[in-house]
Parts: sequence; structure tokens; C-alpha cells
Amino acid sequence: MAHFPKPAEGSWTEHFPQLGTAPVNYEDSISPEYYKLEKAAIFKQTWLNVGRVEQLPRVGSYFTRELDCVDTSIIVVRDRSAVRAFHNMCRHRGNKLVWQDYPNEEVKGTCRQFTCKYHGWRYGLDGELNFVQQESEFFDLDKADYPLVSVHCETWESFIFVNFATEPSETLLEFLGEVATGLSGYPFGEMTQTFGYRAVVGANWKLFNDAFSEFYHAPILHQNQAVASESAKLQQFGFEALHYDLFGDSGHGIVSTWGGMSPPKDLEMVKPIERILRSGLFGPWDQPPGIDLSELPPGLNPARHRAWGADTFQVFPNYVILVWERGWYLTYHYWPLAYDKHLFEGRLYFAPPRNATDRMRQELAAVTFKEYALQDGNTLEATQRSLKSRAATEFPLCDQEILPRNLHKTVADRVQAHRAATETAVVVAH
Amino acid sequence: MSQMLPDDFADLECFAARWSLATERERYTARLASSMPELQELYDAALPRMADALDYLDQFDLEDLPEDARNLMRLFFSVVNASFPVESWKQPRVPDSGAAYLDLVDEPVI
Repeated sequence: MAHFPKPAEGSWTEHFPQLGTAPVNYEDSISPEYYKLEKAAIFKQTWLNVGRVEQLPRVGSYFTRELDCVDTSIIVVRDRSAVRAFHNMCRHRGNKLVWQDYPNEEVKGTCRQFTCKYHGWRYGLDGELNFVQQESEFFDLDKADYPLVSVHCETWESFIFVNFATEPSETLLEFLGEVATGLSGYPFGEMTQTFGYRAVVGANWKLFNDAFSEFYHAPILHQNQAVASESAKLQQFGFEALHYDLFGDSGHGIVSTWGGMSPPKDLEMVKPIERILRSGLFGPWDQPPGIDLSELPPGLNPARHRAWGADTFQVFPNYVILVWERGWYLTYHYWPLAYDKHLFEGRLYFAPPRNATDRMRQELAAVTFKEYALQDGNTLEATQRSLKSRAATEFPLCDQEILPRNLHKTVADRVQAHRAATETAVVVAH
Repeated sequence: MSQMLPDDFADLECFAARWSLATERERYTARLASSMPELQELYDAALPRMADALDYLDQFDLEDLPEDARNLMRLFFSVVNASFPVESWKQPRVPDSGAAYLDLVDEPVI
């Protein structure tokens, strides 16, 4: 029996009839050919988040990103007027422009211009080629013809997105749609105390996305992280979200969940260190003073439920923004590296701590995040291995797994549309 | 060896050399390299002192902690890390985490 109301259709999944309720085929997670299609149909066509503007504190601040999913390396840099992105390639003979020691490792720093290690060509922060070593040796070379190759780059609420399409089919705001209208105005920029995690996980990128976008698993997989009596109760009740929503065919969606542990009704429900520090998985129990959270943007707590605790916004294809009621947020990236391997990045954002107590509470939230993520992460490698056996290929997803269902469906739709367009193009060419 | 912690926390001095560590990576590594009795000993001795330690540390500017206060802060970061084996796992490593890792590559170091 449902503890929280479901839509009139009787389930969240049937509220979005395009999803169907059939078992889901996971061939999309175990096929090298399918990953190639995903790169062409999705990653090279859509807006991808690559970080936040706070990571570029000054004019000349830059970072590089190695993006296997689009077969390139990029430089993201703050120029005087804007955040810009370029392919990380010198226009002379294609040498990688910005790197240190290991060409495949990402770097960050601050500079006035980019100088190629190979022959000393120099580019401004705007990408213009400003200096060519022994320029007179070249033949009719006009420096204006050889700027860095730019990548479409736009920001929303200081989130930086890039797009590798020749001409993006929509602006960033159009792409984000209800994610943007729902979250604009949230004080993201004031939460500048960050903890950034990375792991290479031996599983398809969609599997971690699935794991973190459903909480059906939480009472079971994470049972030992609660005190025993609470764990038993959680297992008996299982998990139900307060609300789900999917935003058209964008692939974006939201799961809204309760926040009963922050603070708990009864202190005996939580572990001793949580009692002492007033913090835990759901973050510090007290909202940060100095940040006005009295009026939240309309997309948060969509059910307007008094037990609301957190909203997970899934931004198609590989980005998540998770906002906690207590006044902090998380982001996740799932960057494919191969069909069976991806780079997971998680980042926690808190208000700057006023004192040691604030900082210690953040430490407990951060350590707790890692303990949970380690449990999730290792499960995925096991899942990948068993999926590869193809002993079974179709899997029933329940109503609390609507976001994984939507992700796999949207990926399939995009790949299908891309295939159809490519085949049409081939026919026309003949 | 010179004293690492403030006088008020002399009872925890015996843990400081091993557990006053700057980064989460060092603290997590020390945890995995410890036995459960060692983690339990740290937890049992330090957890009852957590509130006193924070009262003491809160009198300072977090950006400008005296050396012994910084060591105390780092020691209690280790207590936070060690609380998981003691309170949840009954073993140093997260159960079933096998070869999985999650590196904290960017943290506000005290």
C-alpha cells in the first residue's frame, strides 16, 4: 500500500504512457557498438555540463577536460567577458596545447595566454592566434585564419555547459527547460565549500546513473548504515518517493524524496556520532545561517510535502543536481570511457563553514557520502559482469525505478532517431 | 617527541602522531591499515571528547588555527572516518566494496 499518493493512473510510470511498463533490455549497457552510437547520437549532439564558474575564479583561470565520449580534450577558460571553451589542440600541427607531464591527464591553472610546448605558438584567452615562431618561414600564413577551434559554451546559474554539435539544435536554456525554470534563483553560488570525488568504475555509464536515480535499493544495500531498529523499519516500509516528474522527451526528470533523518524525530534513530555532530547522510541538520532559503524556486519540493528532504534532478544524459532541503547540494557526472567503463565524479557544495563545528559537520556528511557511494559503486561492477553473460537480457523495473526506465528509453529514442537520420542521409547521397 | 595537541587534550596525545592527518586520503588509508581494536580504541577515547574539542576549536578563526589546534581538528576528522567501521561495519573497509575506490581529489584541507 502506498504511503504517499500516486497519480490517478495508479502509478508514476503509467502517468507517463510513453514509457510503458514492460521489462527493460540492458543490451544498451554491454555493447561496444551501442556506445559508438551513443557518442554520435547523444554526446556529440547535446549540452554537457563540465563544471561551475567558481572553478574559474579569475580572468585567465582554466581547466582541461578529457572527454572520451566526444573523442576530444577541451580547455575551459574565463576570458574578460565570458567563459569560453576550445578544443585543446594547437592549430600548427595538432599538438595538444595545454597539458603537463602526462598528455592524458587533466590540468588546471591560471595564465595570460596559452603557449604550445612544441613550437611556441601563442593563443589569447579569446582563442585568437597571437604569435607564430619564425612567422616569416610560413607561406601566406594569416594568423586570423588559425584561432583555437571553439566549442559552443553557455552558462546557466554559473553551471558551465558545452555542446559539440556544429550548430546546437537548441540553446542551453531551451535544453534545460523545466530544470532551469524549476531551479533558477537557488543560491548555488553561495555554496562554495566543495568536496570533489572521482572514481573510474568498471561499468557502463548508465548503470551508475540508474543506481543514484532510484532509492528502491536504499533500505537493503545501505541497511548497515542505519541503527538496527531503524534499518528493520526501513526494510519493512521499503522506499517510496514523494513525487516524480519527467520533462517531456528531454530525458530530464526529478525524484523528490523525504528527509526524515535531518534532524530525526528521535535521536535513537541515528548513530552516536550523528547525534553528537548533528549531521549525517542528509547533511548538517541545521540550515546554514546567512543563506536565505525561505523562498525556494518553484521546482523544489514539487509535492509541497512537509516531509520533503531532497530533490534529484537528472539532467540528460549524464549529469545530476541533487538539492537538499537543509541547504546544500551535490552534483554527479557519469563520463563514459568505454562501453563497460566510466569516470564517476561527485561534488558536494556547502556554505562556507563559520567555525570548526560547521566544518566537522561537513566532514561527517562528506565521509558518509563516500561510504554510501562505495557500496553503490562496487555493486555496479558486479552488475556489468553479470549483464555481459546475457544469461538474461530483459529486466523488470518497478514504479520507483521510473528515472532509470526513462534514461534507457530516451537513450534508445535518440539512437533510433540518429540511425534513421543517418540512413536517410545515405539514401539521399546515393 | 614534542607535544602535538593542546594541553586540555593531553588524554588524546597518544593518538595524535598516528591520526592527526591532513587529507582524507591519508585518514582513509590509515583506517584501512588499522585493526578493529585500534579503531575502537580511538573511537572510545575520542568520541566522548568531541564536544569539548569543538568548543575549544570554535574560539579560533578556522583559517588561522594554531598548530596544536589544527592537529586536534585533524585528529577528530580521523575520528569521523573511524566511526564507520566502529558504528556500522564491524570491519575497517566498507563491506562488499572490494576493489572499489572513490578518491577525494579536491577537499578543503585544514
